[in-house]
Amino acid sequence: MSIVTVQLGQCGNQIGHEVFSALCSDSCGTHGLCSKNENQSYQDCCKERFFCEEQSAVPAARAVLVDMEPKVISQALSMAASSGHWRYSSHSHFCQKQGSGNNWANGYCVHGPRHKEAIMELVQREAERCDRLGGFLTIMSMAGGTGSGLGAFVTQCLRDAFPTSFILNHVIWPYGTGEVIVQNYNSVLTLSHLYHSSDALLVHENDVIHKICAQLLNIKQISFRDVNQVIAHQLGSVFQPAHTAGGGSGYSRNPLGDLLESLVPHPEFRMLGLRNIPQMAESSLPYSTFSWPGLLRHLRQMLIANAQMEEGIDWQVRPPQPGSSIPCTNKPLHFNTSIANLLILRGKDVHSVELGSFQDPSLYTSWLNPQDAFTAWKTPRAFNKYEKSAALVSNSQFLLKPLDSIVGKAWNMFASKAYLHQYTKFGIQEEDFLDCFTTLEQVISSYTNL
Amino acid sequence: AVSLPFAVGQCGNQVGCRFWDLALREHAAVNKKGIYDEALSSFFRNVDTRSGDNGPDIYRGKICSLKARALLIDMEEGVVNEILQGPLRDVFDSKQLITDVSGSGNNWAVGHKIYGCQYRERIMEKLRKTAEHCDCLQCFFIIHSMGGGTGSGLGTFVLNLLEEEFPEVYRFVTSVYPSGEDDVITSPYNSVLAMKELNEHADCVLPIENESLFEIVNKIHQMINSGKLGSAVKQNSLVTSSAGSAKTVPEKPFDAMNNIVANLLLNLTSSARFEGSLNMDLNEISMNLVPFPRLHYLVSSLTPLYTLADVNVPSRRLDQMFSDAFSRDHQLIQADPKHSLYLACALLVRGNVQVSDLRRNIERLKPSLHFVSWNQEGWKTGLCSVPPVGHSHSLLALANNTCVKPTFIELKDRFMKLYKKKAHLHHYLQIDGMEQSCFSEAVSSLSDLIEEYNELDATKGGPRIDASRLKIAV
Repeated sequence: MSIVTVQLGQCGNQIGHEVFSALCSDSCGTHGLCSKNENQSYQDCCKERFFCEEQSAVPAARAVLVDMEPKVISQALSMAASSGHWRYSSHSHFCQKQGSGNNWANGYCVHGPRHKEAIMELVQREAERCDRLGGFLTIMSMAGGTGSGLGAFVTQCLRDAFPTSFILNHVIWPYGTGEVIVQNYNSVLTLSHLYHSSDALLVHENDVIHKICAQLLNIKQISFRDVNQVIAHQLGSVFQPAHTAGGGSGYSRNPLGDLLESLVPHPEFRMLGLRNIPQMAESSLPYSTFSWPGLLRHLRQMLIANAQMEEGIDWQVRPPQPGSSIPCTNKPLHFNTSIANLLILRGKDVHSVELGSFQDPSLYTSWLNPQDAFTAWKTPRAFNKYEKSAALVSNSQFLLKPLDSIVGKAWNMFASKAYLHQYTKFGIQEEDFLDCFTTLEQVISSYTNL
Repeated sequence: AVSLPFAVGQCGNQVGCRFWDLALREHAAVNKKGIYDEALSSFFRNVDTRSGDNGPDIYRGKICSLKARALLIDMEEGVVNEILQGPLRDVFDSKQLITDVSGSGNNWAVGHKIYGCQYRERIMEKLRKTAEHCDCLQCFFIIHSMGGGTGSGLGTFVLNLLEEEFPEVYRFVTSVYPSGEDDVITSPYNSVLAMKELNEHADCVLPIENESLFEIVNKIHQMINSGKLGSAVKQNSLVTSSAGSAKTVPEKPFDAMNNIVANLLLNLTSSARFEGSLNMDLNEISMNLVPFPRLHYLVSSLTPLYTLADVNVPSRRLDQMFSDAFSRDHQLIQADPKHSLYLACALLVRGNVQVSDLRRNIERLKPSLHFVSWNQEGWKTGLCSVPPVGHSHSLLALANNTCVKPTFIELKDRFMKLYKKKAHLHHYLQIDGMEQSCFSEAVSSLSDLIEEYNELDATKGGPRIDASRLKIAV
């Protein structure tokens, strides 16, 4: 089953390019640590899922590239082409000359309707090239104008045109100290709109990835390219072929569906966080060995304590004692309650892994059966040169604090009416803002009361 | 996306001339193969001149003949004629020029009312023609001075016209404000009359003061002549220099100052022309730096002022660049943003600088800066990969900061000194369309603006009160 990726705006297109590069280099790599047959099967599955084999030997990514200015797409196209291993189709991109000016209203109210036909035609074409369409993955930032505003509009169009397909939005949250001054407005508008049309939001925060680059990867002068490559690695660990049913019954035929089924039991709760372990500089890899118990112990504590990476974890945080139901106000502070978790394990000895600790009911809300709340995918084929690696996709309170912070800052700015004239000029009124704030306060309240 | 500069008046055209010269120098340094590309098309058309000056535009392939996308307007011929006889003569054609002979007599009303009316149709026609050659017009730049007659009067007339005819295209204005010792006696009148137009019709204004430019020029002279760094400085890296450009005659005193303004415009548009990991377009500048429509005056600073020839840049030097951007003596107006209140701040970095350098410096400098309560983390950042000529990296900082207030207050004071005595007023009132109310409205507009800044300043240092959030019934 194939996934069509829609890359939106500068961030979406820069990351999208790194994702396809990572997928390609992992699947073509020889570090699979498994049989030749297994490796071949992995490669074939990855290829079918993300690439389209055309007459020329170089596979074309199943992607639609959208931006309101030409420079980034142009770079992405040429970088892919020069890799020699994959490329973007020559007619799968749409761009304009002007950009969206970091203005969500411009992206959503002006560019969206104006270019809807052209963009959806590209998507339709890409969808038709799939033997079986497994759904859509959109990649966008919520801070700017195109990825955020046009991205929200396109997501709605996808929902209207493909009512039964899965839609997963990969959303990048900007640095807290600011990349764009109106980023909090754009974020509130984006998240509230996506909540209505998307199946789930898979979130990466720039601050978190930046820390990983600095402390785990020891990169001195961190560029956006570095950040994007970490994000691509993390996404790859989720989206590369995996065994979702027990035993070696082949790779999942419905990756997005399987993911959403295991993580989103209730439409009010759609925010997914992602943690990946281990993460280290490639040069250190040959000198490191890991044990599954060690990796999983760290990952579990990262989940419980809401740690952003495997260093600096607060080991003091413990789940509440089991027993009679505890009102949520009495839950220990800083404890991260989960609704559902998905653990994706790849590499050596993966079938011998003991996962009881993740099925502990005290990790979860009381209203879901622990068996239903936790899912594990075990795949012997190693990922991206890591002998053992684990990814945790979590529907939990991971994003509660950052979300609350963004809404709080946006609200403060809204109360002073700053910048509102920039939005009303393109068709977003104060009432529209209020609706969005209401939606998000509802989400915050729901997650807080887990 | 195209940015279309209008140089109006003597100052505007002198700066404009430096601008196109340095733009050509910048593109020549980057574009080694001589292919006409997207970056060049922001400011230049590629014309096939085999069929004469009216040749068709060529959109790709080798560069044949570059023509600046521009309109040069002056009511005297001196400066424009010099441009047409100088090394840039082939970059302009007669269709882009509007000149007259007698000048505006340092009278805003002559420029705005008389010449405005007289040249309206011709300006419109040339504007439409120029716009036709642009496949996507994003922004107009007006380059002028405030204190004279043409730049100030006719320049603001053009501003009005642009808003009428092309309301969706952003209007950026680079305005040179007169100093206290300006030798044009009526410069306060001209400036205040022009300010009203800027308040009402500009999207963004970048005020410049000659004193600041002069101080920067002096600083560089002193540094070079002190003998310590003289030979080690890369000549073409000086923010004041024309080295490497087409201009070969010895520099006039204003050239160095005008080069600074030219570099400001180049840096402002660099991310729109060249690629980078975090692009910052002109419409983003307007979006992020203008929280309320009338508060659109942006204080700018350029760093570094020069680069040493032998350097490997350690990060300490990089961090120094960020520190300098906030220091009083690097601002292009007489202002001290550090001790006033920031509404918003943009940092556009060029060259080998990455996001971690940006973050580190923002973290470092933030505690010493005062931001308005509703924009505590208000930073707009851009990273452009291509540095300016002679540098490995550079920084343009744009601040929407209450430190512009003193400039406006002084302007108002100088205006009132003349106005109270009705000095020289008759020169203005005798012009058709000018009445006393023009003056009172203009100074009132300026007073209102000053009052808005006062109100903001009053909030500085006050307690931070977060607005109470919406409550959801559980």
